[in-house]
Amino acid sequence: MANSARRDSPELPDFSLLKRLARDQLIYLLEQLPGKKDLFIEADLMSPLDRIANVSTLKQHEVDKLYKVEYKPVVSTSDQLCFLIRPRIQTVKWICDVANADKAAGKFRRYKIIFTPQKFYACEAVLEEQGMFGDVTTDEWAFYLLPLDDDIISLELPEFFRDNFLAGDQRWMRTAGSALHLLHSLYGPFSKVYGIGRYSKMAYESWREQVEQGEQRARQAEIGNVFLIDRDVDFVTPLCSQVVYEGLVDDIFRIKCGCVEFSPDVTASDKSVKVMLNSQDKVFNEIRNEHFSNVFGFLSQKARNLQTAYDKRRGMDIKQMKTFVSEELKGLKQEHRLLSLHIGASESIMKKKTKQDFQELLKTEHSLLEGFEIRECISYIEEHISRQVSMIESLRLLCLLSITENGELSFSYGVDHLLTFSNLRQLGLLVEQQPGETLTVMESRVGKLVNDKTAGKLTDAFSSLAKKSNFRALSRKLNLVPKSDEEYDLRVPRDMAYIFSGAYVPLSCKLIEQVLERDGWTGLEEVTRLLNGNEFAVTGQITSINGAKNDAQRIILVMFLGGCTFSEISALRFLGREKGYKFIVVTTAITNSSRLIESLLDNHV
Amino acid sequence: MLISKTTQCSYTPTVHRYQKEIQRQDVYHFNNMTKSKADEEDYWNSSKFKAFTFDDEDDELIRLKESRQAVNSIQRLVEEDDDEDDVEKVSWSGEPVGSISWSVKETAASNQRTDREPAFPKIPTDTPSLSKSQSGYSLSSLFKGKTKGGNFQSFTDTLSDSSIRLYAPELRKPKSEYKDYVSDWSPEETIQRLQQGKTAPLEKFRSLQDKLLLLDFAVSAHDGNVITAVLIYLKRTLSKEVLFRELESRQTALRHFIHYLTETKDQRLLLELLRALGRTEDVALLQYKEHLSIADENKRRDFLKSCLSLPFSAEDSAHVQDHYTLLERQIIIEATDRQAERGGKVEIFQKFPRRASILNMPLITTLYYCCFYHYSEPEGTYSSPLNIRQAFKISEKQYFVTALAARAKLKAWLDVDALFTSRNWLGFTRKKSPLSFQRVVDVLQKNSAPTQVLQDYVGLVEDPDMRISLAQKHKCHDIVINTYRDMKDRQQLLGYRGKVGRGSAEERKIDELLNNQQIRWKN
Repeated sequence: MANSARRDSPELPDFSLLKRLARDQLIYLLEQLPGKKDLFIEADLMSPLDRIANVSTLKQHEVDKLYKVEYKPVVSTSDQLCFLIRPRIQTVKWICDVANADKAAGKFRRYKIIFTPQKFYACEAVLEEQGMFGDVTTDEWAFYLLPLDDDIISLELPEFFRDNFLAGDQRWMRTAGSALHLLHSLYGPFSKVYGIGRYSKMAYESWREQVEQGEQRARQAEIGNVFLIDRDVDFVTPLCSQVVYEGLVDDIFRIKCGCVEFSPDVTASDKSVKVMLNSQDKVFNEIRNEHFSNVFGFLSQKARNLQTAYDKRRGMDIKQMKTFVSEELKGLKQEHRLLSLHIGASESIMKKKTKQDFQELLKTEHSLLEGFEIRECISYIEEHISRQVSMIESLRLLCLLSITENGELSFSYGVDHLLTFSNLRQLGLLVEQQPGETLTVMESRVGKLVNDKTAGKLTDAFSSLAKKSNFRALSRKLNLVPKSDEEYDLRVPRDMAYIFSGAYVPLSCKLIEQVLERDGWTGLEEVTRLLNGNEFAVTGQITSINGAKNDAQRIILVMFLGGCTFSEISALRFLGREKGYKFIVVTTAITNSSRLIESLLDNHV
Repeated sequence: MLISKTTQCSYTPTVHRYQKEIQRQDVYHFNNMTKSKADEEDYWNSSKFKAFTFDDEDDELIRLKESRQAVNSIQRLVEEDDDEDDVEKVSWSGEPVGSISWSVKETAASNQRTDREPAFPKIPTDTPSLSKSQSGYSLSSLFKGKTKGGNFQSFTDTLSDSSIRLYAPELRKPKSEYKDYVSDWSPEETIQRLQQGKTAPLEKFRSLQDKLLLLDFAVSAHDGNVITAVLIYLKRTLSKEVLFRELESRQTALRHFIHYLTETKDQRLLLELLRALGRTEDVALLQYKEHLSIADENKRRDFLKSCLSLPFSAEDSAHVQDHYTLLERQIIIEATDRQAERGGKVEIFQKFPRRASILNMPLITTLYYCCFYHYSEPEGTYSSPLNIRQAFKISEKQYFVTALAARAKLKAWLDVDALFTSRNWLGFTRKKSPLSFQRVVDVLQKNSAPTQVLQDYVGLVEDPDMRISLAQKHKCHDIVINTYRDMKDRQQLLGYRGKVGRGSAEERKIDELLNNQQIRWKN
C-alpha cells in the first residue's frame, strides 16, 4: 500500500522547524533566569519536552536538577526554582504552597513559572490571592505544536476535549487560533478554510483576528487548504474498536506522544522497551495503516527477506564481508530489531484479543453501526456488564448504542429492556474501587448512563455532548455502511471503510472527502442540518506567490478540535493516496475510545 | 460442600482481580444465546468480515510464530558482531539515557539516596560544569522569542508582572499597538487587549451596565480565558445575589463560572450558586460527592446516611440509599470476617486467606465475596448471598453468573449442580439456567471440572451442532453418539466410530445403533 502512492503526490512541508522554534524559545526563556536553577516539569509535559530537547540542552542553560511536579513538598536546595507547567489552577496553588512554606521557614528563593502554551488570568488570580504575585514571576512558552510525525502535529492538550465539550469552558479557543496562526505564518498563506462545528468556527475567528492584527508577508504557500472539525461532529468513529495496526497498538499499549512502551512479554526479554513509532521506523511505516489481518503476512515476508539478506554473508570473501559490514549490516540489524518488536507486539495483540472475545465485540459494534439486530447487541452489552469485564468498555458500548440508536431504545425495545439496564447501575454508583480510583458514577456525566432509566438518561447525558446524533440518517445519506452482501477484500481496500474491516466509513473523514470534492458544502445541506449546522467554507485573498501553487492546493491541513484517532489518520492517508492529496493532521491530542470515556469520568474528589 | 484439596486459589484483593476472575471463567458466546450456530455462520459468510478472524488456532498466529522463530534464529548472527552502535542506550526503566523523563527519575532516585544518609555532611560533588554552548547562545540571541511573526509577543508588553522585560527590537508591530499608550479603553478594547494577553485595568468598570458589557464582549469574543478573567473581577465587585441573577440569563458565562468554582474548589459558593439557580439535584449530587474525601468507613457511612434526605431525583435517591446500605453491610461483614480469619478456626479463611478488605468494593464484588465465603449461610444473615440478592434486587442472571463463578472457583460442583436444579410440581428435577449452557460449560471447563460434571451441562446445550462440537472437545462420547442418533446422521456416526477407542463401550454402542433397523437414517 505504501508503494501505491500517486507519483505526483505533493511533498509535505518540513515541520521540524516547529521543534526548533519551540526549543529556541525555551532556551531563550531559560537564559532570562541566569544562574543555577532546578526545573520542575509538569508530568504530562515531560514527553513533549523530550521530543524537542534533551537534558544536555537544559544543563547547558544552567538547569541543575530536574523534577516532576508531584504536588508534594519540594526537596530542592537550589535558590532558584523554575516551574514548567500547563496553566492549571491546581499546579499554581501548589507552587504558592511551596513558596509560602519557604517564606515561613525563612528560606529565600526565586520562583519562576513558565506556562505553556499560554498563561490564564485565572492562574494569575491564584498568585494574587495567595499573596505571591510578584514573588513568583511568570512567563509564557508558546509551545503550541509538537510534530509527532511527518504528517501529524499535536497540541498535546487532551483536556481540550473535556473543558470544551463537557464543561463548556472555551479557554483553549485562543490557543487553537494561535496554533493555526503559527502554521499560517510559517506554511501559509492558506487559500481556503472549510470547517464544521461550534469550536471550529471560534478557532477560525480567533485565527482570522490574529491574522488581521498581524502582518502577512507574501510568501509561497506550502499548505493551501484547511479543514477544521469538532470532535462532537462525529463521536461514533472514536468509540469504535480500532483494527488498523497503529490504532490497535494505541488501543492496547497506549501510544504516548508518538512513543510506546512495549512490556517484557512483547520484547521477549526481561525489560520493557520504549519505541518511537513514526515513519522513521521502516517496518512500522509499512504496516501502520494496514488492517491487522494483513500485518502477519507482511511481517513473515519481511522476516524471510531478512534471513536471506543475512545469509548472503555465507561464502563472502574478506573484502565482500567488509563492504557488507560497513554498508548493509547496520541497516539489517536495525530492521531486525524493529521486526522482532513488531512481531512481538502482534503476538501480544493476538493473545489479548482472543482472550477478550474480540470477534464478538467487533460483531456487536458492526451490528450497531448497521442498525441491525439491536436486541442482540443490547443483550451482548448486558452480558458484558454482568461479567464486569471492563467498565470503560461497557460504557463505550453503551455510548455507541446510544449514539447510533439516537436514544430511541425505550420506545423500540420495551420495558423488559429497561430492566436490562438496571444491571448497569451496579457498575455505576456502587462501583467503588480502590481509594483514589473510586468510581462513583453518580456525579459523572457518563455515570448517568448507568442507571435504571438508562435509555432516557443515556440520551440526556450524551446528547449534551452529541446533541441529536442522527447517526442513522447520516449513515444513509453519506453511505457510511457499505452493503453487507458484498465481499470486502481487506488486502486491496477500495474505500476508507477498510479501517473498520469494511464495515463503516468514518463519518469525520467522509465529510472531509465530500467537502473537498465539492469544494464546499453545496449539496450537503441535509447532512449539515443533521449535524446541527455550523459549517463554513471561506476563501481568502490569495497572497501567495504563484508558482508551485497547485502543489500547495493539494496539501490539506485537517485540524481536529477535541482529538482524533489513529484510524482516522490512516483513513485520511488512504484518501490522500486515492485522490492525490497529502493530509496533515493537526489535533488537540491523539484520542481513542478509552481516553474519550476516561476523560468523562468524574471519579476523584 | 465439595472442595478439592489440591486447588490453590484464594480471594484476590482488588476489584480488577475479581473482574478478571469472572472474565476468565465466563468466556461469553454471543451467538448461542441469541441465535444458532447456523445463523452465525450465515452471518459471517454473508458479510465482509470473514477475511479476518481473531481466532486462537488461526493459521495467522502460527505464521507469526514462525516469523518469530525465524527472527530469533537471526539473533545469534546479529550478536556475533554487534557493536551496539545503533542500539539506543536505555536505562533500567526503559527510558533512553539522556531523555528528560529519565533524568527526572534519576533526580528522584538520588534524592531518596541522600534522604537515607543524613549522618554525614554532604560532600559537594561537582558535576563537571557544562559551559554554555556557543550555538545555544547564538541561536537564542538571534531569536528573542519572536520567530512566530504576527502578534505573538503579547507578554513582552505586559506591564504589571514581568520583572524581566524583553528589550529586543519588535519585528512587527500590530496595527493596534498605538493604543497601548492610551489607557482609556472601552469595554470592547479592553477585551481585545485581554485576548492578546496584555493587561488592561478592569477597575474602572464600576457600573453594573459596564460590567455586563464587559462580560458580554468577552463572551462574544469566544475566549474562555478572558471570560473567566472578567468573571473573577465580577465576583470580587458584585454581590452574590446580583452576580447570580445576571449569570442566569448568560449560559456561556455561567458555565465558565461553574467550571472556575469547581477548579478553585470553592464548594461553598458553588452550592450557593446552584441553589440560587434552583438546581437542587445538582446541589444534592455535589454534597454527596464529598463522601469521596472521607477515608474512615464509619464516618463515610454516617455521611452517606445524612445524604439520604437530600433532594435527589428518584433514581439517584435509590442509588444513594443502596450505597449507604451496602457500606453499612460491608462494615459488619468485614468486622466479623476479620475476626474469623484471625481466630483461625474457620476453615475457608485458612484455606483461602483474604487478601484485602471488602470495604468499599462494588456490589457485584461483594456478592462474589459472599458466594465465596458465605455461600450456605441462612438467608437471614447480612453476608448471605441470597440476602444480598434480595436487598439489592440483583437480577437472576447476574446472580447466576456471580455465584457460578465463585462456586466453580472453589470446585464446589455440588453447589453448581444445585444452582441449576429446580423441581416442578410433580417433584421431578430438571436443570434450568438463565444463561446459555454453552457458557456454563465454558466456566466449568476453565475451572477444570471433571468430565462427569461437564457432561451433564454439555448435554443441555440446545443447539445440536454446538453440542456436538463441545462434546467432542471435552470427550463426552455418549453425547456425541446420542446427538448423531437423534439427527439420524449415519455418516457422521460412522465417522465418529474411528475416533473412539477400539473395543470400547462407545464403539459397541455405535455398532448397535448402526445395526438398528428401526432407525430411519437420513443418509
